[in-house]
Amino acid sequence: MSDLLDIDPLMMDVIIEHYRNPHNFGELNPCEIKIEDGNPSCGDQIKMTINTKEGKIDDIKFSGKGCIISQAAASILTDMVKGMDIEEAKKITKEQMLENLIIPVGPMRLKCALLALKVLKKALYGKDFVGEEDD
Amino acid sequence: MDEKSLTDEEIKKIREDFPILKRKINGEDLIYLDNAATTQKPKSVIERMENFLKNSNANIHRAIHTLGYEATTMYENAHKKVANFIGAKSMKEIVFVRNATEGLNLVAHSWSSRFLKPSDEVVLTIMEHHSNLVPWLIMRDKIGINLKFIKLNKDGVLDLKEAESLITKKTKLVGVIHASNVLGLINDIKPLREMARNVGAKILVDGAQSLPHIPVNVKELDVDFFAASSHKMLGPTGIGVLYGKRELLEEMPPFLTGGDMISTVTLQGATWNELPFKFEAGTPAFVEATGFDEAINYLESIGMERIFNYEKELERYVYENLNSMDFIELYGHKAGDNLAVFSFNIKGVHPHDAANLLDKFGIAVRSGNHCAQPLMNYLNMDNTLRASFYLYNTKEEAQKLFVALEKIYKLFNR
Repeated sequence: MSDLLDIDPLMMDVIIEHYRNPHNFGELNPCEIKIEDGNPSCGDQIKMTINTKEGKIDDIKFSGKGCIISQAAASILTDMVKGMDIEEAKKITKEQMLENLIIPVGPMRLKCALLALKVLKKALYGKDFVGEEDD
Repeated sequence: MDEKSLTDEEIKKIREDFPILKRKINGEDLIYLDNAATTQKPKSVIERMENFLKNSNANIHRAIHTLGYEATTMYENAHKKVANFIGAKSMKEIVFVRNATEGLNLVAHSWSSRFLKPSDEVVLTIMEHHSNLVPWLIMRDKIGINLKFIKLNKDGVLDLKEAESLITKKTKLVGVIHASNVLGLINDIKPLREMARNVGAKILVDGAQSLPHIPVNVKELDVDFFAASSHKMLGPTGIGVLYGKRELLEEMPPFLTGGDMISTVTLQGATWNELPFKFEAGTPAFVEATGFDEAINYLESIGMERIFNYEKELERYVYENLNSMDFIELYGHKAGDNLAVFSFNIKGVHPHDAANLLDKFGIAVRSGNHCAQPLMNYLNMDNTLRASFYLYNTKEEAQKLFVALEKIYKLFNR
């Protein structure tokens, strides 16, 4: 279960801070890669713009709307991958994403927590993006 | 029981009838406030279907044997029960469908194919559930009809002045949701019906949210079609009703076709069974029909007038409380009659997070756009929380909701 009520208040504050003042928020212009996706069932939306340089993610910004988990995850993920090798970023697993989210999320909120990662993978894999089996 | 509303004593007894209300969710007593989505079932409904399956199960209309006869009788009696409950003339006007959505689709497809031609107009309201909108969008593309939409006036109720200008000689049907699943607003059918009658148009009412809560008599309402779902009124899923005036149903072609809806079939063609079975193709939900019948027994034993009065009290109580909380953004309920259905947000908290947290308190509410995206866009509402009450809910449960809402607000605003 996602125990937003039970978690350490300090961790909760970190997440709320990401939600209120997200890192890397906005849109790169010009940008090489621009991609947007959402969870139609709950209306969460994430748009990412990315510029690359010498095989690395040179800069990345996101914008979107939705619940605290989807937006904080995007803030945290964009921090994680800025400056990272593209090939390395492609390999980020769901488990890594959830670990970096700081707070535990339960099965009902997994889609929220993993939306940003899905958008990033779509951006980096381009036409080769196949998605996850359980999407 | 000549009280006008339900007494505390009675509510206590009613709650005993619903086994699920004893459940704990995350260690807390379940507070079920998602009744606009589906309602919980009393023991009597569950047992009735269990009894049927244990003792009377057989397919209807096909068998000479005892079980077949019993099952057929019970299935037809369920039609009669519904007919009596909503004031229809006979069971010939009661078509069993899967749910209100299927009933509305039946009208859009069958009635339209017989009575609409290009450039005819259908007038709907901005607050229709997708189930009374999407079928008409499809008919617009298929037949070439035009759709018009009655919006809200500044008080937040249907703009009857606008309705008068939209309903013209070109209008062939007016479709309206009886009570909004988003705002709780109960629409006054009479003036719309009069406008429709004056131009010779039919009137279709989506009663999915109204029939569970409001005394409905289709003869008094004098509408042409009325659709509702069993599962929103204590009955099982998989069964609903479309009421239609007999002379209209007689003239309409079948919707779904196959077994049970025919009279004779040759390789050259077929003739149709009598009403209502002309519209009930294939083996229907006869187990669920007995549950639907029993759900109506339950509601009638309490009395729809008294249920409605009790829920009106709940509506005022919850409205006054939510409206007085400055961290709550509440939609609707400022004018007109309203069901105890509330769309709102906690300021600064996304409704999904709020619903997730309310679940920790054992409180079940819906979050999302409630299958009414055009209304949400029109009112500049994004997603919202929705708390919807029924006869087994109490003011004490509402109080627990208020406390939880404040805790959640504070968690996000420390």
